[in-house]
Amino acid sequence: MAKYLLKRIFYLLLTLFIVITVTFFLMKLLPGTPLQNQQKLSPSEQHLILKQYGLTKPIWQQYLTYVGGVLHGNFGTSFQFSDQPVSYLISSRIGPSLLLGTQAMILGVVPGILVGALGAIKKNTWVDTTTTIVSILGISIPSFVLAVLLQYFIGLKLHLLPIADWGGFAYTVLPTIALAASPFADTARFTRTEMVDVLNSDYIELARAKGLSKWGVIYHHALRNSLIPVVTIIGPLAVNIMTGSMVIENIFSIPGIGEQFVKSILTNDYPTIMAVTIVYSVMLMVVLLITDIVYGIIDPRIRISGKSN
Amino acid sequence: MQSKENILEVNHLKINFKTYAGTVKAIRDVSFNLKKGETLAIVGESGSGKTVTTRSIMGLLANNAVVAGGNVLFHGQDVLKMSQRELENLRGAKIAQIFQDPMTSLDPTMRIGRQIAEPLMVHKGVKKAKAMAQALEMMKLVGITDAENRINDYPHQFSGGMRQRIVIAIALINYPEILIADEPTTALDVTIQAQILDLMRELQDKIETSIIFITHDLGVVAGMADRVAVMYAGKIVEFGTVDEIFYNPKHPYTWGLLSSMPTLDTNGDELPSIPGTPPDLLDPPKGDAFAARNSYALKIDTEKEPPFFKVSDTHYAATWLLHPDAPKVTPPEQIIERQKKFAKMQQQLEDKKLHHKVEETEEQP
Repeated sequence: MAKYLLKRIFYLLLTLFIVITVTFFLMKLLPGTPLQNQQKLSPSEQHLILKQYGLTKPIWQQYLTYVGGVLHGNFGTSFQFSDQPVSYLISSRIGPSLLLGTQAMILGVVPGILVGALGAIKKNTWVDTTTTIVSILGISIPSFVLAVLLQYFIGLKLHLLPIADWGGFAYTVLPTIALAASPFADTARFTRTEMVDVLNSDYIELARAKGLSKWGVIYHHALRNSLIPVVTIIGPLAVNIMTGSMVIENIFSIPGIGEQFVKSILTNDYPTIMAVTIVYSVMLMVVLLITDIVYGIIDPRIRISGKSN
Repeated sequence: MQSKENILEVNHLKINFKTYAGTVKAIRDVSFNLKKGETLAIVGESGSGKTVTTRSIMGLLANNAVVAGGNVLFHGQDVLKMSQRELENLRGAKIAQIFQDPMTSLDPTMRIGRQIAEPLMVHKGVKKAKAMAQALEMMKLVGITDAENRINDYPHQFSGGMRQRIVIAIALINYPEILIADEPTTALDVTIQAQILDLMRELQDKIETSIIFITHDLGVVAGMADRVAVMYAGKIVEFGTVDEIFYNPKHPYTWGLLSSMPTLDTNGDELPSIPGTPPDLLDPPKGDAFAARNSYALKIDTEKEPPFFKVSDTHYAATWLLHPDAPKVTPPEQIIERQKKFAKMQQQLEDKKLHHKVEETEEQP
C-alpha cells in the first residue's frame, strides 16, 4: 500500500509538472499584457514595469524562472493586487471554495445515491418516474441558470436566504444547491442504472434464495455492488463542481478562488492564473487518488494486495 | 432411506408470463411429487419450463408471472399462497437452491465465509462467530481445501469448481429438506462436473435431503436420479424411474433425447438430433405440442392432447402411441437396443428373485 501511494504521488507530481508547462505556454498565447487597461502609462513606462516583472525576457527564460520559483515554493506576486504574494491571495480565498465544493459534493452524491437506488428498487413505478424526471432536469438545467432562478425566487421573492455575498452558513445554501444539482442528477442516474443491473444479477437471486428479506438483499448485497461503478464518476463530478464554482462564485459574489481565477484571466495576471491552475490540478488529482483508494476498499477484486509484487 | 412420504407435491401447475407480445403459457399443467430422500431429475431442452417450475417452488417467480392454476404443496401447505414472510422463512432454510453459473452466483464483494454463514444468521438467529464456525465446518464438508485460511477470501480468489462447492455449502448450511439444483454442472468443465456430482451424491446421504435436479444433460441424470420427469413445452411428457426412462422410454420425445445422446455403443458418424424447434408458447399448438417435430405423430396428435397412459406403477407417458388402438410403430434402432437391455435386466431381476425363492425354500427344512 505504501509503495502504491508513493508511486501515485510520484505520478501526481509528474502530471503537475506537465500541467504547469502546458498552462504556462498556453497562457502566454493569451492576447494583451497585464497592463492593457493602463492607458495612462506611456509605452516607455509600460516597458519599464514589464521589465521589472521580467516579462520582457524570452518566454523560455520566463518559464525556467517560474518553474525555479515554484520548486522553491515561490509562486510570485499578483499583478492586480500589487505586492500581494499569490500564495497569500490563494490561501485567504481557498476556504470558501473548499467549503462550497465539499458541501456541494456531499449534497450531490449522497442524496443522488439514495434517490438512484430508490428509483431502481421501485423500478417502473411513480417513484422511479419522479426520480428520473428530477435527474433529467438536474442534468439539463445549467448551474448558472439554476443559480439565477434560486436567487430570484428564494432570495428576492421569498426572502428566505441571502441573494449573494459571503457571511455565515445561510450564504452558502443557494450556491451549494446550484453547484450540487448536476452531480446529484448524474449520481442518481448512474446509481439507478447500476442498481437495476445488480438487482437482476445471479448473486441477488441467490441472496433471495437464501431467504433474505427484500431490504436485507438490498442492504447486504445490492448497495455495495452498485456503488462500485458509482465511485468512478466521483472524479469527473469533482471536475464538474470545480469548473461550476468559477461561474457560481461570480454569480453569488463569493470571495473564492474560482472568482479570482476568472478575474486573473481577464487581467492577464499571470502568476495568479498559474497558481490557481496548480491548486485546481492538485485538488482534482487528490480527489482521483482518494477515489482509487476508496474503489479498492469497496471492490476486493481490485484491492492492492501487499503480497503480490 | 427413501420413504413413500411425499414432502412436495406439485398439482396441475399452470404459470403464465405477461409480456408485451401477449401471454406466454410457460407451464401448462405440470404435476409431480418428490419423496423424502429421493432425487428427481427434470429433463428437457431450454425453454421447456424446468426452471420456472422450480422458481415457483421457491416462490421466486418473476414479477410478470401469473399462477393460472394448480398448487405447490410443501408438507401439505401451498407455497403459492404463502405470504412474503412465510416464503422468506422457507427459502434457504427448508428449500435451498444451487444455481447454474458459479461464476456469477456469489456476491463479489462479500467474504465467502460470511456468504456461507448468512442463511444461518438470517434463519436461526445464530451469532456471527458461531455461524462462521459452522460455515467453516461446511466448507470442509464440501471439500474446500485449506478452509481455515480461505474463509475470509473473496469469490474471485476461487476457481469455478471451488465456487460451485461454496454455492453448495450455502445451500446446505441449514440442512434443507429440498435442494433444487438448477443445472449445477452446466457451466463447469467435464472433470469438475464429475467431482461436483460425486459431492452432491455424498452430501445427500449425509444431510438426508431430497434433490430436484434440473438438467438438459441426460448423461448426468443416469448417475444421479432415482426418478426422471421429461418436460417439453411446459408439460411433463413422460416420467418414471431412471431405468424405465433410459431403457424403456415410451414417448417419442424421450426417444429423441436419448438418441441424440452419445453412448459407448454409438456407432456411425452422425449423432441424430431432434429436428425443428420447440413451439412458441405465446400460442401453443392444438393437440400434442411435440407433434410438429415428431416423425411418429398420428393424426390425433394434432387434434387432441394425449393423456398420460400408464406403463407401470411408476412409469407414465403422454403419447397417443400407447393407446390400445394406436398403430404399432418401431422406435429408433438405438431405443430398441435399450429396450432389449431393459428386458434382459428385468429378466435377470426375475431370475434372481426366483433364485432367492428357491434358496429360501431349500433352506426350509
